Amino acid sequence: MAGEIMLQTPLTQDKVKKLKAGDAVLISGTIYTGRDAAHKKMVEALARGEELPFEVKDQIIYYVGPSPEKPGKPIGSAGPTTSYRMDSYAPKLIALGQTGMLGKGWRAPEVIDAMKESGAVYFAAMGGAGAYIAKCIKAAEIIAYPELGPEAVRKLTVENLPAIVAIDAQGNNIYELGKAKYRRA
Amino acid sequence: MKTIHTDEIIPVVERLCMEANYFLGDDMVAALKSAAAAEENPAGADILRRLVENAEIARSEEVPMCQDTGMAIIFAEVGQDLHVEGTGLTEAINQGVRQGYAKGYLRKSVVKDPTLNRVNTGDNTPAIIHYDIVPGDELKITLASKGFGSENMGGIKMCKPSEGLDGVINFVVDTVDKAGGNPCPPIVVGVGVGGDLEKCAILAKKALLRSVGEHNPDLEWSRVEDDILERINKLGIGPQGLGGTQTALAVFIETYPTHIAGMPVAVNINCHSARHKEAVLKGRDA
Repeated sequence: MAGEIMLQTPLTQDKVKKLKAGDAVLISGTIYTGRDAAHKKMVEALARGEELPFEVKDQIIYYVGPSPEKPGKPIGSAGPTTSYRMDSYAPKLIALGQTGMLGKGWRAPEVIDAMKESGAVYFAAMGGAGAYIAKCIKAAEIIAYPELGPEAVRKLTVENLPAIVAIDAQGNNIYELGKAKYRRA
Repeated sequence: MKTIHTDEIIPVVERLCMEANYFLGDDMVAALKSAAAAEENPAGADILRRLVENAEIARSEEVPMCQDTGMAIIFAEVGQDLHVEGTGLTEAINQGVRQGYAKGYLRKSVVKDPTLNRVNTGDNTPAIIHYDIVPGDELKITLASKGFGSENMGGIKMCKPSEGLDGVINFVVDTVDKAGGNPCPPIVVGVGVGGDLEKCAILAKKALLRSVGEHNPDLEWSRVEDDILERINKLGIGPQGLGGTQTALAVFIETYPTHIAGMPVAVNINCHSARHKEAVLKGRDA
């Protein structure tokens, strides 16, 4: 795709501010994984006053539960899971400085409010392109909650992982804008 | 009367699990390519081309096309003149699923209790098995790996008969509209109309086993499939919900007679990784 923005993590505020809904990006660097059960555990840890398994400030969390890796590969197939299931947890992590979420599908208004308030971006990865995206993941390491299997928190090293800015830090939402543009009903 | 041993059934189910997840059907690949050519949103067309590439990687490297390798949904048609020997057919199917998901590096995505004890069963069992007793002496097994990004977006409505065809069409289109980008469009839409609460839901799932291009044999229902597809593709959802004209690749409707007081409608959405494979097992002379 032409005109893709090369985006290197950590996703600091200066980078957040420049991203606009609809921008195509290629993400490189370290990102972290977490989905339903890991988010529940992280938010419960915060409630008990404990530390999170990694520093979320300026980080991207990828909502993914990969399939098991074949021998010799860093990870199995690894496309995004549907993001709305993380909506009840995401604002708490955004308040702690998380700047990026990578998933698929719409978000609740509370998440978008939190993104606008603290400065965070929601990226859409290609849902169902698990084999394709796995090629962009060069290393993977479980860093917390191994008992959760596919839902364990992993630290990933990614290279040119393609995504679209779905909702920017101003609250512009490509799911609404794109749909309105092509709607004929 | 013919006989088959469950030891012959287990490896077949094991193979179907892997093949379903590695090899996207030719009909789906062709449909994705056509959609890429037709998509008006350039970003959407780009996604569709990458999805074709994704299917090619999965096929050549024998890895799952999607990390959500689903629950194993099985439709088993058991010939009434076939005798099954061994461990029991249900256990054999589950053993095949267990082996297929382990050997195939497929994700185990089943929890033990839906609410009170969401602990992974570790082997992707139990499968969901629908049995039909049919004439003949063969066993036909169709396996669909169904991800829940799309499954969660389905719905059921006990329509009033007075809602008529418009009621059916509006419920299907509304369900897809509300789902937006969540079920990984471009989607395939399975619809069950008639029967009762569970019959229409099973019909909607069964409809998803068709290949793109196959229509309901009834000409009028076939036209309804086309009408609904056209309406869905005017919603603007597009590939991955980012806007566009290619939201669904096919609409499949299955019907069944129903009660004078009812008109149940179920919608089961499948993502673009519409995975199903089948095998026919022949018995030996007893």
